[in-house]
Amino acid sequence: MSDHAADHSADDHAVDIDKHVRVYITVFVALMVLTIITVAISYLHLSVLPAVTIALFVAIVKGSLVAGYFMHLVSEKKLIYAVLALTVAFFVVLLALPVLTHENGFWIPEAAAPAAHTDAEHK
Amino acid sequence: MDIPYTVEVRRDTGLNNGKIGIWLFLASEVMLFGALFASYILIRTGSPSWPRGSEMLDVPLATFNTIVLISSSVTMVMAWASLMRRQFGKFRLYMGATILFGAVFLVVKYFEYSHHFAIGEGPSHNNFLAIYFTLTGLHMLHVFGGMVVNAYFWGPGAKLYQTNPVWFTNRVEHSGLFWHFVDLVWIFLFPTLYLL
Repeated sequence: MSDHAADHSADDHAVDIDKHVRVYITVFVALMVLTIITVAISYLHLSVLPAVTIALFVAIVKGSLVAGYFMHLVSEKKLIYAVLALTVAFFVVLLALPVLTHENGFWIPEAAAPAAHTDAEHK
Repeated sequence: MDIPYTVEVRRDTGLNNGKIGIWLFLASEVMLFGALFASYILIRTGSPSWPRGSEMLDVPLATFNTIVLISSSVTMVMAWASLMRRQFGKFRLYMGATILFGAVFLVVKYFEYSHHFAIGEGPSHNNFLAIYFTLTGLHMLHVFGGMVVNAYFWGPGAKLYQTNPVWFTNRVEHSGLFWHFVDLVWIFLFPTLYLL
């Protein structure tokens, strides 16, 4: 494709840009509101589990808005989706590793510490 | 020799090379920050006690910085939209604002860091501050790197617009993708470190 043809394509896109700009402003307002919500919820001093759940949920919504609209992922090519699907899969495994390798919410089970101490005393 | 597929799309990928290149780079960045987030989970769940972020850090300053970075993402995408409309003057305005917002973010972080160091709270103070400085320090480097690239496109790199506006628009879109990624990382860092 020549530069001229590419220019023409860019001009076609320019027609839709006004619509895009309105979406960007809407997303910006939504991100601001969600930021205020995130901070407001933190002042409720919830216990760890609901606090983490809500904070991550709001962060995922905000992140999706940025990725979807500012990074144009809502209308991207299949190859980009394939790259991202693979990335997300490995990312989830990476985050799951420390979560899956401990029991009962603690890295070291409480019973294990005294047992180790007793062994040391025998030596 | 000209760099191939900077403007025209490849038939096999349906993309220009710059676009696929920046997304592959961002995929590697996801894994980099992912490894550090996994470290955070490991350190936090392995610790008998963990401070609330708000006890150690300045939430109002970080909230301000969140607003600054989100605003910079909007000005970045508006800079690209201006180029799509062939409004170079507005591009310069929005790109300049993006760089300025990035600078404000770094200045605020400088004050946050200075306060911690002044009261002897360096990275070796405890696990929380160790992971805080690692994550935010790496993020700050990304902000700085993005600012350097954006400043290049605002200044000397903008000459390309005169000879090949479509290529220049594509390059700004790609630097924008990086900048939005930096914003995305902060969206997760902010609640993780400051609010939980």
